Amino acid sequence: MEHQYIIEANNLCFSYKTEDGGAFPVIKNLSFAIEKGSFVAILGHNGSGKSTLAKLCNMILTPDSGTLVVGGVDVTRNDLSEDDIYQLRRQIGMVFQNPDNQLVATIVEEDIAFGPENLGIPPKEIRARVDDALRAVNMTEFARHSPTQLSGGQKQRIAIAGIIAMLPDCIIFDESTAMLDPIGRAEVMETIERLNREKGITVLLITHYMDEAIRADRVIVMNQGEIFLDDTPRRVFSKVDQLKSVGLDVPQVTDLVNRLRTDAGFSIPADILHSAEAVEVLKTLYQQKKLRIDREEK
Amino acid sequence: MLKDITLGQYFPGNSVLHKLDPRMKIFLIIIYIVTIFAANNPLSFVLVLASAFVLMLISKIPAKLILRGLKAVFFIMAFTAVINIFWTSGEHLLLDLGIVKIYMEGITYAVFMIVRVISLIIGTSVLLTYTTSPIALTDGLERVLAPLKVLHIPVHEFSMMMTIALRFIPTLIEETDKIISAQKARGADFNSGNLMQRAKALIPVMVPLFVSAFHRADELAIAMECRCYRGGEGRTRMTQLHYQSQDIVMLIVMLSFMAVVIALNFIF
Ligand SMILES: Nc1ncnc2c1ncn2[C@@H]1O[C@H](COP(=O)(O)OP(=O)(O)OP(=O)(O)O)[C@@H](O)[C@H]1O
Ligand SMILES: [Mg+2]
Repeated sequence: MEHQYIIEANNLCFSYKTEDGGAFPVIKNLSFAIEKGSFVAILGHNGSGKSTLAKLCNMILTPDSGTLVVGGVDVTRNDLSEDDIYQLRRQIGMVFQNPDNQLVATIVEEDIAFGPENLGIPPKEIRARVDDALRAVNMTEFARHSPTQLSGGQKQRIAIAGIIAMLPDCIIFDESTAMLDPIGRAEVMETIERLNREKGITVLLITHYMDEAIRADRVIVMNQGEIFLDDTPRRVFSKVDQLKSVGLDVPQVTDLVNRLRTDAGFSIPADILHSAEAVEVLKTLYQQKKLRIDREEK
Repeated sequence: MLKDITLGQYFPGNSVLHKLDPRMKIFLIIIYIVTIFAANNPLSFVLVLASAFVLMLISKIPAKLILRGLKAVFFIMAFTAVINIFWTSGEHLLLDLGIVKIYMEGITYAVFMIVRVISLIIGTSVLLTYTTSPIALTDGLERVLAPLKVLHIPVHEFSMMMTIALRFIPTLIEETDKIISAQKARGADFNSGNLMQRAKALIPVMVPLFVSAFHRADELAIAMECRCYRGGEGRTRMTQLHYQSQDIVMLIVMLSFMAVVIALNFIF
């Protein structure tokens, strides 16, 4: 039977053990479901539990209570074998923030082969997967390079290829663009979107960049280990005040339009995400003579 | 500055030596080292030195790179040479300075020693380090040593550790450079004072370096777990090793070379 959801969490709880033997709750009674093939962004201020949640999703951390169903299989049951855990990790790939700390090998293609090798895939098939993965991230020409010769964005794409080669159903990106320059970020975002569209890989994108979050189908905002908002980007970002109350920003364009609404009293929609939309809105205001544009003559 | 270290740096290329099976290269290097130490007459040494240069030519590695490697051991070579010259006694006295006597044998020995070291360095760097990707090298070692697993020697784990060490050397060197610059910008002085003071000045470099290395190790371990790493068991490899005709040819050439050098010992 095909399952509609790739990840289903029910009342998931997790706390880190503190040194004095106490518990520090980080994930509190979290329930959510991620649809197969969707592109979900996860936002939240520092320490809201995003990385912890990601690590729970592929059993790097084990939940204290609650259930987690991945691809229709309950992975929190007690009789879980080690093989099941590795099967889960294969399904839910993970790309981290620092590309340097994810690459194991000194040659790009050998690094990409690392995951499939661990899975015990026959050599011929590994070769085919590595070639596919290189193509998927547009790095074929760098196959024999050393990772140290690559830019941050390129390294991160290799890290992604290393995950793709395990043929995951879902990839979690934990601030994978945070250490990159704007060009590197654009490359990686483009790759992520393409994987989601063309390969149908479910994407969970943990990020602090609002302009990345607006590209998702759905945005989950976390606060103190709980889900604070969970909706389409448009609806989430229209709740400017709520977002600001949990220490988050909204995209600059949304902020501008929102200020025109609340501070200047224009009656314009609140859910503007893209600059093109904002331009349209401003144009209409201008044509309705509600807005004057003073051009500075040089 | 620190980036100039070429230790264990692979120089990609597609010469015959690059394409040899790493396991074969390990055998070849052992034969070669035996040959170098078997040589004990001028003709053999000429042959050994010549073979080192032939290997260098075959590898197409720029001589400049290899010379840089030689420069690093220049001091050791000079030291051994001096010891050999002054401390070897023999029959043909060349120079008598009272306490020290220099014999012909001492000079011959010194020259032989230098030839040995040079051939050894050129040979190992050209046969192994420069032409074998570190992964292929550790991989080759792992496979050559695989029989030791029976004795519960963790061969795979050692080779994994080596791979990771090699992978992170350039990263950590870069990081050291960054930290040094950062500390210099804060007024740290690494170049003056006596040895103690200089060593002390390095503490502010070592501490952040270690902290960061541990942090990296932690992240890497999680990333490896996420990529389903669980030790050597059940692991396959993308690159399968098969001995090719070139491996066999090189083996025959190397064995013949050793035979010639050993035979020369009996002739002279
Ligand atoms: N290994 C750990 N041991 C103890 N506490 C931890 C550990 N890792 C994280 N924490 C704590 O758990 C909380 C949530 O951390 P987490 O890394 O999940 O946050 P995050 O949302 O990913 O934050 P950021 O945006 O900074 O990455 C934080 O308060 C953090 O201090
Ligand atoms: Mg985090």
